[in-house]
Amino acid sequence: MTISADLNIILPEIVLAVYAMGALLAAVYTGKDKLAPMLVWITSALFVVLAFWIGTTGGGDNVAFGGMFIDDGFARFSKVTLLLAAAAVLLMSEGYMERRGLLRFEYPLLIALSVVGMMMMVSAGDLMALYMGLELQSLALYVVASLRRDSVKSTEAGLKYFVLGALSSGLLLYGASLVYGYAGTTLFSGIVQTAVVGDVSIGLLLGLVLLIAGLAFKVSAVPFHMWTPDVYEGSPTPVTAFFATAPKVAAMALFARVMHDAFGNAVGDWQQVIALISVLSMFLGAVAAIGQRDIKRLMAYSSIAHMGYALMGLAAGSVLGVQAMLIYMAIYVTMNVGTFAFILSMERDGQPVTDIEALGMYSKREPGRALAMLVLLFSLAGVPPLVGFFGKLYVLRAAYDAGLAWLAVAGVIASVIGAFYYLRIVFYMYFGEDREDALDGGKSPVLWGFLMASAVIMVVGVVNLFGIEGAAQAAATTLVN
Amino acid sequence: MIGLEHYLTVAAILFVIGIFGLFLNRKNVIILLMSIELMLLAVNINLVAFSSYLGDLVGQVFTLFVLTVAAAEAAIGLAILVCFFRNRGTIDVEDVNVMKG
Repeated sequence: MTISADLNIILPEIVLAVYAMGALLAAVYTGKDKLAPMLVWITSALFVVLAFWIGTTGGGDNVAFGGMFIDDGFARFSKVTLLLAAAAVLLMSEGYMERRGLLRFEYPLLIALSVVGMMMMVSAGDLMALYMGLELQSLALYVVASLRRDSVKSTEAGLKYFVLGALSSGLLLYGASLVYGYAGTTLFSGIVQTAVVGDVSIGLLLGLVLLIAGLAFKVSAVPFHMWTPDVYEGSPTPVTAFFATAPKVAAMALFARVMHDAFGNAVGDWQQVIALISVLSMFLGAVAAIGQRDIKRLMAYSSIAHMGYALMGLAAGSVLGVQAMLIYMAIYVTMNVGTFAFILSMERDGQPVTDIEALGMYSKREPGRALAMLVLLFSLAGVPPLVGFFGKLYVLRAAYDAGLAWLAVAGVIASVIGAFYYLRIVFYMYFGEDREDALDGGKSPVLWGFLMASAVIMVVGVVNLFGIEGAAQAAATTLVN
Repeated sequence: MIGLEHYLTVAAILFVIGIFGLFLNRKNVIILLMSIELMLLAVNINLVAFSSYLGDLVGQVFTLFVLTVAAAEAAIGLAILVCFFRNRGTIDVEDVNVMKG
């Protein structure tokens, strides 16, 4: 294989990386922050173009650089999802950031660089590619978490995220070094031949467990979730919206990639571990969110619970499981974009508000928004017949088919507990106390558009889930074999 | 004769010291950064030892990548720490507590 054929396969990543670096130089030498709004639009347009490019062209499994980079249906599905999510969040953040003087030109470019890292992650076919992608993504995210340099909360969020993120990278890397030592190679295609069920050496097993620990941190699964509420609360809200969407898709896809591509012959060795962190995440997310008054913290616990459900699909260890996980992540991202569009528009006298009690009788002043948020919250809780219910149905079925009936039952119980705190927000909006210091309801048409679009998808999507089912199945079959 | 297991033992000890440094240290955020660095270096010892034992260069290439990333990570960590210090006026671990986890 010639180098040009390799480069051709990773062309989307190269385009995005070169764009980010070129735009960074151009902005530094010319208008600096005056260019920021334009850069936001260009970057999100580029994301959308790349998503269409990746989604419509190419087929089959392409492998570049001796197996280090894999471009298969699974990678393409995840890349399209995360690119569209990143574009949506970037567009939503422009107005918010601009009003608060946070719209620096580095912001869209750091997001672009972290997206390059995420695209590397989902295509990684080697422990080195995995590590480099993961670090590129994480390092960019540490910086955007502390984007509001003059705020104690934001810098503290960045510091906590950095220290715990570096710890998890260390664990993952130690696991990677043990896997390399005991398998004799860093290529997933080589590891999968060494790691055969019933014949996995203790060193390889230790490496696997440490890899799982590092990856569980990145998807914020219990017991590695401690950073999530603080980072979500402290970061500027658009950054929180970003954390809750694209990086989660990428980390979950990477998780599935490592488990199936590198340890696909040893499903029995990791299935129980993943099932355990899945059930812990679902319950902790459901129970700990009950006492929260800050909607960003509440969304943090909500995302922990949702990651538990997505991991349930992974724990099934089958094609159906991976398909369910991909469908779940796509639905989760769509719901979260809408919910954060609502959270971003919660303000009073131009100041952002995150206290859920401030939503008292919101439905009287903003009936349309309140209704859309009601649909989204019901969907997040998994109330039938909304789309969120079908996401849960898929993972539950996958877990049941894989003989993990206890996990499916636990998932149902956790979702009933979790419904309480989503419905409490609905309660405040429709029956809460009418307060003097009511929210104005933001005026941004962009946020309104995303909120409504997301809510409409949750209702209309029940017909056929927009055909995502077939696409996810095709993607899952390329990963599991 | 110093064999593979000796290197692995040293690396494991360094790694555990790094983790303990992160969790037991109640004084200073700089010590957290040093602990993180220690963990990454323990991994490097592991990789180089395996690489030499297996007669395979990949491990040493991996080490070079890890070193580069560790440098970038330290730079970003210190930058965030400087921002934090400007706002809070202290870098004690006990004072990183505006938000309760």
